[in-house]
Amino acid sequence: MSIMEINKGNFEAEVLKSDVPVLADFNAGWCGPCRAMKPMLEELAAGNPGYKIVSIDIDEEDELAEEYEVSSIPCLVVFKGGEEVNRSVGLIPKDAIADLVEG
Amino acid sequence: MYDIIIVGAGPAGMTAAIYARRAARTVLVLEALSYGGQIINTPDIENYPVEAHISGFDFSTKVYEQAKGLGAEFKFEKVVGLRDEGAVKTVVTQKNEYQAKAVILATGSENRKLGLEDEQKLTGRGVSYCATCDGNFYRKKVVAVVGGGNTALEDALYLSDLAQKVYLIHRRDSFRGEETNAARLSERENVEIIYNANVTRLLSEKRLTGIEVTNKLDGSVRTLEVNGLFIAVGRVPENENFAGLVDLDEAGYVAAGEDCHTRTPGVFVAGDNRAKMLRQLVTATADGAMAATEAVKYINAMA
Repeated sequence: MSIMEINKGNFEAEVLKSDVPVLADFNAGWCGPCRAMKPMLEELAAGNPGYKIVSIDIDEEDELAEEYEVSSIPCLVVFKGGEEVNRSVGLIPKDAIADLVEG
Repeated sequence: MYDIIIVGAGPAGMTAAIYARRAARTVLVLEALSYGGQIINTPDIENYPVEAHISGFDFSTKVYEQAKGLGAEFKFEKVVGLRDEGAVKTVVTQKNEYQAKAVILATGSENRKLGLEDEQKLTGRGVSYCATCDGNFYRKKVVAVVGGGNTALEDALYLSDLAQKVYLIHRRDSFRGEETNAARLSERENVEIIYNANVTRLLSEKRLTGIEVTNKLDGSVRTLEVNGLFIAVGRVPENENFAGLVDLDEAGYVAAGEDCHTRTPGVFVAGDNRAKMLRQLVTATADGAMAATEAVKYINAMA
């Protein structure tokens, strides 16, 4: 599975109405720690986990970032059944990322 | 068994890996997070020779690829301990144990916290340790920076271009950072410097709403309504897991000279976690070269 780019248009369908839990990565191209975390997210996605991983560029999608009160990136938000259930700010190891959704 | 295990994949550790591989030694680099270390937070490096501008992440990626290309092995596991068994050193991670003839500690440092209640909870909800990472979220808002070193001054300058107002809170009556930065800051109309003061409380509802600032001289307390607080009060070396084998100075840095030798033969230190005058990218990579060279010398002398 690959990481899907999310925008305001597909956010509801792909994140809020997703059948499986969603790990949303709020990030930006100028953010070093975000770029450092990308390969970890890609590795997790490649392992076909029981959840979906999506990427939200906070510069392009500032309304989504504001709506979810993202004020530090990288910011990982876990959604289940349309609700935020978990959140983590800053660079964390791959195992800890998986734990956010599975733990 | 490896010839050399390097703890930490920042600039110091990865440079050590390059030097050790070029001396044909087997190398394992162990890293808790991702390669690069602290420098990945820097959007633009302008003082490292050769490139006039490069982002910290791009710089780190180049060094990582260089080290890997030379045959250094990387594993992403957090090191929690080190045992000295004479000719063999055992490095303990959260998952495994690895053995080597020599070990280089290049663990760097982490952000110093203020130690206030709710500081952890509000991180990412108004509290930040990286102005260049998070400054964009505070366009036209009111922010405070706490600290008095170069990082605090640079953060305040950077934020004054974005925010409506920047308070800079410093516990002393003058700055120890570069004079040019202090001078530039005093020219900014939207910057207010509060000397001789500490941040003593974080005010919040769902997120940070303000801070309480206490004057050190007269004890007076002032409440500032801020949307963001940027904490730049220095860094803490990450040496506590090795304190049994190396001498630490008062601030927690490994007491070692330019030769990067620690108290324990075969255990070397490189980079920001070593006691030194100047912590810069260029001094970190210099340490990496020195520590690897000394480690190779040590291994050669064992035979």
